[in-house]
Amino acid sequence: MSATSQGRTPAAVSDKPEDLKSPVRRRRRRLRTMTARDRIVVALLLGIPLLLDLAFVWFPAIGTILLSFTKWNGVGSLHEKTCKPNMPSILNNGCWYGVQNYHQAATIYPEFWPAVRHNLIWLAVFVVIATPLGMLFAVLLDRGLRGTRIYQSLLFLPVMLSLALIGIIWEFVYSQNYGLINTVIGRNGNDNAIDWLGNPHLNLWAVLLEATWRQAGYVMILYLAGLKAVDPTLREAALMDGANPWQTFWRVIFPVMKPINIVIMVVTVIESLRAFDLVYITNKGINGLELLSVLVTSNIVGETQRVGFGSALGVVLLVISLVPITIFLYQTFRREDTP
Amino acid sequence: MRGQIASQAFLIVASVLWILPILFALYVAVRPYSDTSKYGYVSMPHHLTFQNFRDAWSQSDMPHFFWNSVLITVPAVVIVLALAAGVAFVLVRVNVKINVALLIVFTAGNLLPQQVIITPLYRIYLKIPLPHFLADSGLMYNSIFGLIVINVSFQLGFCVFVLSNYMKSIPGEMYEAALVDGASLWTRFWRLTVPLCRPALAALATLLTTWIYNDFFWAITLMSSGDKRPVTSALANLQGQFVSNQNLIAAAAMIAAIPTLVVYLCLQRQFIAGLSLGSSKG
Repeated sequence: MSATSQGRTPAAVSDKPEDLKSPVRRRRRRLRTMTARDRIVVALLLGIPLLLDLAFVWFPAIGTILLSFTKWNGVGSLHEKTCKPNMPSILNNGCWYGVQNYHQAATIYPEFWPAVRHNLIWLAVFVVIATPLGMLFAVLLDRGLRGTRIYQSLLFLPVMLSLALIGIIWEFVYSQNYGLINTVIGRNGNDNAIDWLGNPHLNLWAVLLEATWRQAGYVMILYLAGLKAVDPTLREAALMDGANPWQTFWRVIFPVMKPINIVIMVVTVIESLRAFDLVYITNKGINGLELLSVLVTSNIVGETQRVGFGSALGVVLLVISLVPITIFLYQTFRREDTP
Repeated sequence: MRGQIASQAFLIVASVLWILPILFALYVAVRPYSDTSKYGYVSMPHHLTFQNFRDAWSQSDMPHFFWNSVLITVPAVVIVLALAAGVAFVLVRVNVKINVALLIVFTAGNLLPQQVIITPLYRIYLKIPLPHFLADSGLMYNSIFGLIVINVSFQLGFCVFVLSNYMKSIPGEMYEAALVDGASLWTRFWRLTVPLCRPALAALATLLTTWIYNDFFWAITLMSSGDKRPVTSALANLQGQFVSNQNLIAAAAMIAAIPTLVVYLCLQRQFIAGLSLGSSKG
């Protein structure tokens, strides 16, 4: 990268036909002319961070894709030979496995489909409950009622806490024996006690309540920022035309907030795919709380390392997350690409 | 008028629900173990004490974990802001042919779920040796330096995105004036752009501080020994250590939350500005 900006001679920098009569063109030219020292500065300012980003984010991202086609336990080296089908696993290490990892994940890995389902439920709860709730908070706070600052601070408080901490705090609410809920409904410490976090039919919903508790505050702040940026004259115009608050919001305000809506959509999808901390701190992400992120992690840092298999699960996550990422990038950079 | 009352009522109920879990954990933390074991956790207070906080602080090595967090968070925040400002400046103010493409590379990198890159990253960290003054493990893996590197690399994208949006709003005339005065590229960056970006940098710094301090995933996957972990992930260990005394866990959790709460209360404006910088200009 640095090479392209470094290796250019001054003549090549100003390759456009010169039009000295136009002051704009002349100014442009001057901006583009750089001394040798300037070019070194550019190379360093751009080169070092780019190297970091490529080495520790993009190289691993591509690495995940490549590793997903191999069978490897992390010990020994990788090679190009194809895995032999009827050999014991120990002799078949570091070999080219084709799409077998994906095939196994989809067919014989018992946690895969539950994890996919849980991720989808997570996303659905964020879309259907957390996001509208956050928007509702924002719309109400934006009306400038008395005590708005206090409400805002309280509703936003969970966003400041780490998800690991949130998991610990909510344990006091959910605990089977001493938890707030079971005590209040009189079912603590006896045979009727509800095991909110241990029962695989309940725990996903219990944890999703924690996640929603945090996510709604996050959406609220993003949406409040968007609402503040809306031109107030739009509202006045709608009022003059006799629109009620409901119509004003849906027909006038909501459409002009397209950029913020896209940001919130991206945040919602990405956060639901990234979900990990809460389920991990609650019960290591097993027994009803499986998520794709947990499966990736447990296959690479556990005792039996299945690097290729874990990577295949990572690629599934990558493919899904590319959808919102692409939409966001397209919406954000489309105007800049065509000057 | 009716709508106003309904809104107020809704917001009051929501606020109470939102603060309740935190208040309950705090309440558990200020009650002695003997009290809660006798009367239950949901009961009227008989004694209130700060002893749990003192015990959690001294018995679990919390000062040590806090120090780890400081050693990771402070350098990471400073480095990522310095690097991101440089990139954003070059991409906005120097006509690099592929600047939009580069901006996309940085921005997209930050949007990937961490688990997408962890597998190779883990292997890379096990392979890269470090001199012993940087890491006593001798590797990127299980070192504070390694955690700083990944936090910097991963957060770069967001900061570049926000800062480049901010720098685009600085009028070009200022740069022309600087050029007429013969300012070099470095001077235009360091003496002109960085000071003008101070509000954005302050907002990002508060945001990054809480994000990196709150990081859990990198710390538990890229560090094997618990005693090097930052306080947020060390809490998971404390949970096992204090399993019989929930009051101590509550106190430890409250102590671990203090830094981010202080950041929020003192720098609320910057914090929220940071979040909205990343969104409203998108």
